[in-house]
Amino acid sequence: MSTGTDARIHNIGYRSYSGERLGVSHARRALFTHSLRGSFGLGRSARSKVLPMGLFAIMMAPALVMVAIAAFVGLDELPIEYTSYALFMQPIVGLYIALAAPQMVSLDLRYKVTPLYFSRPIERGDYVAAKYAALSSAIFLFVALPLVIAYVGGLLAELGFADQTKGFAQGLVISVVFSLMHAAIALWVASLTPRRGFGVAAVIGVLTIPYFAVTAIQAVAYDAGSEETLGWIGIFSPGSVIDGIQSAFLGGTSGYPFEEPPTDIAGVALLATAVLVTVACYLLLGRRYRKAGL
Amino acid sequence: MVATTVVDVSVIQTNGLTKRYPRVTALDGLTIDIQPGVTGLVGSNGAGKSTLIKILLGLAPATEGTARVLGLESAAEGSAIRAQVGYMPEHDCLPPDVSATEFVVHMAAMSGLPRTAARERTADTLRHVGLYEERYRPMGGYSTGMKQRVKLAQALVHDPKLVLLDEPTNGLDPVGRDEMLGLIRRVHSDFGISVLVTSHLLRELERTSDHIVVIDGGKLLRSQTTASFVEATAALAVEVTDSDAHPDGAAALRSALSAVGIEAVTAPGRQLHLEITDDGVYDKVRDAVVELGLGLVRMERGRHEIAEVFRRGPEAGADPTAEVTSAEVNR
Repeated sequence: MSTGTDARIHNIGYRSYSGERLGVSHARRALFTHSLRGSFGLGRSARSKVLPMGLFAIMMAPALVMVAIAAFVGLDELPIEYTSYALFMQPIVGLYIALAAPQMVSLDLRYKVTPLYFSRPIERGDYVAAKYAALSSAIFLFVALPLVIAYVGGLLAELGFADQTKGFAQGLVISVVFSLMHAAIALWVASLTPRRGFGVAAVIGVLTIPYFAVTAIQAVAYDAGSEETLGWIGIFSPGSVIDGIQSAFLGGTSGYPFEEPPTDIAGVALLATAVLVTVACYLLLGRRYRKAGL
Repeated sequence: MVATTVVDVSVIQTNGLTKRYPRVTALDGLTIDIQPGVTGLVGSNGAGKSTLIKILLGLAPATEGTARVLGLESAAEGSAIRAQVGYMPEHDCLPPDVSATEFVVHMAAMSGLPRTAARERTADTLRHVGLYEERYRPMGGYSTGMKQRVKLAQALVHDPKLVLLDEPTNGLDPVGRDEMLGLIRRVHSDFGISVLVTSHLLRELERTSDHIVVIDGGKLLRSQTTASFVEATAALAVEVTDSDAHPDGAAALRSALSAVGIEAVTAPGRQLHLEITDDGVYDKVRDAVVELGLGLVRMERGRHEIAEVFRRGPEAGADPTAEVTSAEVNR
């Protein structure tokens, strides 16, 4: 710690700041960037980088392997569809979301950083918007970058350009829906507890338990011969909602029992569910911070 | 320059400010007018200090009354106020796995500073608060004193016109406390930034502040300059040695002083305490000591009288850091 002496040596006098002061939008962007970087452990200690970066590597691996196989074996299309890549890697994506969401909001609550944010020009709504945009973008990068690798690799392996481009575009669309919905759910759940561990567990629980339940009920329904109910049952878990949407609208193969796609009307219901859940969770998140003060 | 432009303007002005929560009234018709400089806001826990800060920053609506900060209306122009004000919370607010530099740069950006300016201001500010090589290490390993410095730095990094410091000396040891108080003094004298510093300890604020505002139960108890607080009834503490002629030096001095019309009381630590009625008192004490042939160990002004304000408060007796001497004198 400094002593009086070296404080004097280093003291070159206070310089006031007369430069530019950017407004709330700058602050919002700064919070966005900071949170996005933080979700991959950037700007944090080495230990904080291990898990997100490790998961990211695992997430990329199948895309690379798939491209390599396509190139060497000479397939005419990639073994995994663009639209179902995120769902195929669901455990990894889920784990990443469960780590990233509490990283973004629980830590601020736990270490009481939020009062510092709210004592600055931004409003609470700006905080929520920046955090939501950051987590959505983080999840999007997480699920879409492997698609980019697969697409570039696929083109280099001279798979059909039109096919690949269409599939890639559809993959990006479902990635956006996936990211927006999962970010809203996970961020709201994580914001309910300042304890990171609880946050991680809660997000994993919310993403996986309904999914298992839905899958089991769908299997029973299929056995009972009512294929048309599968899509409706799918409404009850985030994963099956995304799955239903991609198979109903984006030409993907469904992960429902025997690849049975949802009926048209069920498809619309699934899309509506995605929108409603996203909006509802976002509003709840905003409500969560409305009262938070210093 | 900075000081001259704001000299006529009140930094903080409240008028009949009232804040009622469902169960308690945190502020009760508080009217204060705070001028540029260092102002100490004194009150026991729950006196309404934090509520006042919240309202000033536009983060909580007042039930009644108005508040203006730097000429801006708190209720309507919170964002503009927060752009020009720095806030240092009472509690911990630092994430442990981030370095001080990284953190303060981020907070500067959150106040609207462009990236390069944020970096420069962070380096400057951290140096001014006395944080050197440590600033690149994660803050989890910092001592309380270092953490307090970072908290102060993030409040100063955007060069605000006013900083609100909530109990900045909390948890510091005596040396750290002195350093922090010196730093706070410099924030105004060297940086030209007005300061509102809260504490439940009068002792430390009277050394730092130009002006003291005392609130209790959400009401204004007193508001006056520190000088007038201290001068009102200043006291003198005198300690002398014993000699062969006078085995009890303090008692001998007491009777000698009594003879020249000064009533002194004996205090523990072989001290005498007496009231300074006019400047002649110092000379009389000196003469009496010389006449008795005693050694004068110390003669210092005890600026304890502010403590009287708190006599009726619950903290008066229980306050562990109130200096023993001041408590004794008041008896």
